[in-house]
Amino acid sequence: MSAPRETLRDGDGPGSRAAETLAMTWRTPKGIVGWLSNIDHKSTGKRFIVTAFAFFLAAAFLAALMRTQLVVPDNHFVGPDLYNQLFTMHGTTMMFLFAVPMMQGMSLYFVPLMVGTRNTAFPRMSASAYWIYLVGGLTLYAGFLCNTGADAGWFAYVPLAGPQYGIGKRSDFWNVLVNFSEAMGLMVAVDLATVILKMRAPGMSLRRMPIFAWATLVTSIMIIFAMPTVMLGANLVQLDRMLGTHFFNPGAGGDVILWQHLFWFFGHPEVYFIFIPGLAFISSIIPTFARRPMFGHDAVVLSLISTGFLSFGLWVHHMFATNVPDVGKSFFTAMSLMIAIPTAVQIFCWIATLATGRIQWRPPLLYVLAFFFILVLGGLSGLLLGSVPIDLQVHDSYFVVAHLHYVLIGGAVFPLFGAFYYWFPKITGRMMDERIAKWTFWIMFIGFNVTFFPMHILGLHGMPRRIYTYAAQSGWGTLNLVATVGAFIMGWSVLLFVANVLAGLWRGKPAGENPWGAGTLEWSVPSPPPPYNFVRIPVVSSREPLWSREEGAPTHVSGLSAQTREGLVTTVIDALPDVRYGYPRPTIWPFFAALAVSLWLDWSIFSTQGFVWGLIPPAIAFIGWFWPREKATAEALALEKAP
Amino acid sequence: MSRRREATPASVPAVRRGDALDVANLPSYGFSHRSLMWWGTAGMMAIEGVAFGFMVVIYFYFRALDPGWPRGGTGGPDLFWGSLNAVLIVVSAIPNTVAEKAAMNRDLPKVRMGLVGLSLVSLGLCVVRWMEFTRLNVGFDESAYGSTVWTLLGLHTFNLVTDVADTLVLTVLMYKGPLEGKRFVDIAENSGYWDFIVLTWLPIYAVIYWAPKF
Amino acid sequence: MKAHAIAPALLAALASPAAWPQAAHDALQPAGPQAAHIASLWWLAVAICAVVFVAILAALAWALWRAPRAQASTPPEISPPPAAERRHARGVAIALGVCIVLLVVILVGSISTDRALASLPLQDAVHIDLTGHQWWWEATYDDPQPDRIFHTANELHVPVGRPVIVTLHSDDVIHSFWVPSLDGKKDLIPGRTAQIEFRADRPGDYRGQCAEYCGLQHAFMALDVIAMPPGEYAAWAEAQRRPAADPADPQARRGRDLFLSGTCMMCHAILGTTASARSAPDLTHVASRARIAAGRLANTPENLAAWIHDPQAIKPGANMPANLLAPDDLHAVVAYLETLR
Repeated sequence: MSAPRETLRDGDGPGSRAAETLAMTWRTPKGIVGWLSNIDHKSTGKRFIVTAFAFFLAAAFLAALMRTQLVVPDNHFVGPDLYNQLFTMHGTTMMFLFAVPMMQGMSLYFVPLMVGTRNTAFPRMSASAYWIYLVGGLTLYAGFLCNTGADAGWFAYVPLAGPQYGIGKRSDFWNVLVNFSEAMGLMVAVDLATVILKMRAPGMSLRRMPIFAWATLVTSIMIIFAMPTVMLGANLVQLDRMLGTHFFNPGAGGDVILWQHLFWFFGHPEVYFIFIPGLAFISSIIPTFARRPMFGHDAVVLSLISTGFLSFGLWVHHMFATNVPDVGKSFFTAMSLMIAIPTAVQIFCWIATLATGRIQWRPPLLYVLAFFFILVLGGLSGLLLGSVPIDLQVHDSYFVVAHLHYVLIGGAVFPLFGAFYYWFPKITGRMMDERIAKWTFWIMFIGFNVTFFPMHILGLHGMPRRIYTYAAQSGWGTLNLVATVGAFIMGWSVLLFVANVLAGLWRGKPAGENPWGAGTLEWSVPSPPPPYNFVRIPVVSSREPLWSREEGAPTHVSGLSAQTREGLVTTVIDALPDVRYGYPRPTIWPFFAALAVSLWLDWSIFSTQGFVWGLIPPAIAFIGWFWPREKATAEALALEKAP
Repeated sequence: MSRRREATPASVPAVRRGDALDVANLPSYGFSHRSLMWWGTAGMMAIEGVAFGFMVVIYFYFRALDPGWPRGGTGGPDLFWGSLNAVLIVVSAIPNTVAEKAAMNRDLPKVRMGLVGLSLVSLGLCVVRWMEFTRLNVGFDESAYGSTVWTLLGLHTFNLVTDVADTLVLTVLMYKGPLEGKRFVDIAENSGYWDFIVLTWLPIYAVIYWAPKF
Repeated sequence: MKAHAIAPALLAALASPAAWPQAAHDALQPAGPQAAHIASLWWLAVAICAVVFVAILAALAWALWRAPRAQASTPPEISPPPAAERRHARGVAIALGVCIVLLVVILVGSISTDRALASLPLQDAVHIDLTGHQWWWEATYDDPQPDRIFHTANELHVPVGRPVIVTLHSDDVIHSFWVPSLDGKKDLIPGRTAQIEFRADRPGDYRGQCAEYCGLQHAFMALDVIAMPPGEYAAWAEAQRRPAADPADPQARRGRDLFLSGTCMMCHAILGTTASARSAPDLTHVASRARIAAGRLANTPENLAAWIHDPQAIKPGANMPANLLAPDDLHAVVAYLETLR
C-alpha cells in the first residue's frame, strides 16, 4: 500500500485548526433525514433513555389502574379481561420495554465517554436496534389498544399462552414483542462488549477501567448468553400456535414445563441485567460523593463478575411448586442463597467507602442511599423465597409481588433516579433543582414502602397474584386500600420528577464540565459533550483520571485523522494502541433495515408466509447498509496502512 | 508479510511525542481479534451457539420424557442426504480456507477464486439441505419429535442461507469493488463464520441422523 | 321469586357477612404439621433477616454520621492511609464471614424442613384425586374398593389427624393447589401427575385458592378444605357415597325431569340418575356444600337460581352457558338441587 497522503491529524488542543476540523468532520447531520441518519452513540443513548422512560410512565399508569381496581373488595372498575391485559402489559412493559433498554441506553451514552473513545464499536447496529425497539413496543401497544393486548402474564406460561387456550392474537403479539426486544438487546450488548474490550483509551487497562464499564461488560456478556433462550422459546410457542408443532403439547410428546425452563433460564439473568447496572450507578456515585476512590475496587469488580456467573444457576427457584425432582431443588436453594454474597461484598465496600470518605450530601447520593433500605429488604425477602419450603407457601402470592418490587425499585429504579440527577448535567449542560429533588425522593420513598410493604402480609394471608378482585370476607381489603394509597403517592413523586426534568431543561443552572468534582473521563468534556466526545483521545494512568495521574505519563493521543471519523482500537487487557479505526459516517440504512426487520416481524404475527417472504426487505436493507461507498473507500485508502 | 505480525496486537507501537502518544503510523486495519468485526462475529456465534445448544438439549429432554421417541434403531431420517451434506460441508472448508488465507495475504485473485468455489459449494449445500427436509420421515406437526427435528434442521438452515447470501454478496463485491484493505478483513471474518457453520453442522447432524440409532 | 328480584337478592347475598363462614387462610397460623414446619423455618429466617437488616442500616448510619462533610471542590483522597484501609478490609471480611455463616444456617434450616415435609407419616391416608379445570376443582375420593369411590367438587372434607394424599392433575392449563393454613402449594400441570401430602390437626374450615394464573376467572377458583373429627368425616363420606334419592316433592320431581332432559346433564353428573358427564362439577350432593361456583357464592337457593340463570354475570368467562329457563322451571330445578344433600 502507498504511504498515507498528508492529512490533517488531531493532537492539538481546543481552538486549534485540528480541533475545528474535527468538529466539522463529526458535525451532527441536519434535517429529518439527518436525524434519522444520526449514529452518534449519544444520540442513540438519549433515544433509548427517553423512549424507555415513556414506557415507564405508560406501565406506571397501567399499575395505577390495577391498584384502583384492587382498592376495595368486589370492585367493578375494570373487568377480568381488561385486568388480565393490564398486569400482563405492566410487567411486559417494565421488564422488556423500560428496564433493559433504559440500562442499555445509559451505557450507550456513557461508556464511550468513560472509556475515552469517540463512538461505540458498531454505532449503526445500535442505532438500528433503537428503531427495532421502538416499533416493537408500539406494536405491542397497538395490540393492546385494539383489545388484543397480551394477557397471559409477563412470563406467558403455556398452555395458557399456547394454541388451545391462548385464543386470538394476544399471545402472538407477546411472542413477537420478545423477538423485537431481544434482538435489540443482543445488538446493543455486542456493541457495548466490543467497545469496552477493544476501544478503551490507551493506558486504561482492565484494572483501571471504571466499575460502570465492568458492569456493562458483565451485563452484555450475560445478555449474549441468556437472551437467545427466551427468543428460542417464544418462537417455539409461535410455531405451536401458527404451524401446529407440538413442543408444549404433552399429548404428542411435548412438555408444558419446558417453557418454564427456557423462560426462566433467561428470566433470572434478566433481572440481573437490570440490577447490575443499578449496582454500577451506585459504584459510580458513591466515590464521587465520598470524595475518595471505591474501597475494595477489585473486590467490587470480582463481585459483579461472580454475580453474572451465579445468576445463571438460579432459574429453577421460579419453579419450586412444579414437580421437578426435589433433589435438584435444594441445589437451587443453595445457589440462590450464595448469590447474596457478592452483593453483600459490594454493600460492605460501599459502607466502608462512605465511612472513610468525606460526604457531599447531594440528591444523587440520597437516591443511592435508598438502596440500602429497599434493596436490602428485598434481597432478604429473596433469601426467604430461595428456601423451598417457604417458597411453597408464598410463591405466586402477593409476597412475591412485594419482593420483586423491592428488589427492582430498590436495586434499579432508585439508583437510576440517582443516576439521572447525577448525569443530567452532563447530558443537558444544566442542573436539576435540588430542593425539588429532595422532596421527590422522600415522597417516592414513603410512597413506595406504603405501597409494597403490606403486600408481604397479604401474601402470607393467602392472597394470590394476578386476581382481578377479591371478596370482602377474605380480610384483604384494608391492606389493599393502604397499598393503593401508597401507589398514588408514588405516582405524584414521578410526576414531580418529570416536572423537575422539564424545569431543568428550561431554566436549570448551567452545569459546567464537572459540577460534582468526579474523577472519571466523562466529566472531562463539555456539558453536553460535542459529537466527537474528546478533542484529543486521553491517555490515562490511574483509575480516576481526573483525580490523579502518573508523573511524566503521556496525557493524550495524537495522529488520528481530523478530516475523517477516526478512532483507536486498543488491546484487550492493557489498552495498548493497536489499530486506527475508521468509523462509519451517518447513514439512514440502519433506520431502513430496522423498518424492514420490523415489517418482517409484524407480518409474521398474522401470517406464516410473512415469516418467509418478509425476509426479503431486510436482506435488501442489509446489503444497502454494508455495501461500501466510493467516497468513503477513497478516503480510507488515503489513510490506509496495512498491518 | 508474515501472518504472525498481522495477528500480533500492538506490533507497531505508538510513538511518544512530548505529552502525546502519536498513532499516525499504526495500521488502519488488522485481522483476527485485532479487528472489531471479529468480536462482533464472535458475539453472533455465541448467540447462535446458545440457540443451537438449547435445541439439542431440548431434543434429549423430550427423548427422556417421551416413550414414543425414535430410538434404539427404530425410526429416524434417511441417512443419505444428511451424510452427503456432512461430506460436502467439510469439502467446503477447502475453498473457504483458500479464501481466508488469501485474504490475510491480500491476494485478490486467489480470494476471488476461493469465494467463487465457496459460493458454488454452498449453493450445492442448499440444494442438499432441501432434499434433507423431504427425507426426514416425519412431519413437523406430527409429534414433538417431528417438531424438534424440523426446528433443529431449520435453525441451522437459517444460518446456512444467511451465510450463503453473505458469501455471494462478498464474491460480487470482490469483482465489482470499491475495495480497500478492510474488505479483506470482511472476507476473513466471513470465512471464520463459515467455519462456524461447518462445525455446528457436525453435532447437529449426529443428533438428527444418528441419535435415533441408539 | 320473580326473575327481576333475583339480582337484588344476589347483591344482598354477596354483601351479607354471613355469605360464607369465616375460613382460615394464614400461613403463619398453621393447622397442621406441614404448615407448622414451614412456619417455624419462616420465623427463624425472618429473625436472621431482621438482624442483618438492622445491622446493615446501623452500619450505614454510623458511616454517614461520623464522616465529615465535603463539597464538590473538596480535593479527593486519592491515597487513603493503608493502615486504615487494612482495618476496614478486616471489618468487611468479618461481616462477610458472619453473613456466610447465617446463610448456611438458613440453608441447613431449609434442607431440614424439606426433609421434615417429606417425612409425614402416610399410613391410613385418605386418597383424593384432584383435577384442576378452568375454574373449578374436581375431586375423586379413591378407595381400594371401587364401590366406595365417590366424586365431589370444590369442597374437600378431611378427617382430623389422618394424612391426606392428593394426586394432582390438570385438564387444561396450569393451576396450583394452595391451602396456606395447612401446607405449601403444588402446581397442577397438564401432562404430569404431582402429589401433595398434608394433615389437619385441628377441626376447621381452611380456605384455599388457585395460585397459578389460569385465565379469566383465576380470581374465583377457591377450594375449601373442611377438617372434621373422624366420626363426622366417616358420616360425611358415607353420605357422599349414597346416590341421589328420588325427590318426593312434585316441584322437585319436575325439576329433576327438566335437569335430565335439558342441557344440564350434558356436563353435570348426579349419581343415581342417567346424568354421568364429568366436564362440570358433580352435583350428587351439591346442597351439602357451603358455597357454589368454586367459592364465588354462598350456597343459597337464591344464589343457585342466579347462577343457573346467568353464570356470565357472576363469573364472566366461566364455561357454563346461561340457561334461559322460565322462572317456574328455574325454581323447580333449584328445588330439585336443594334435595341433593
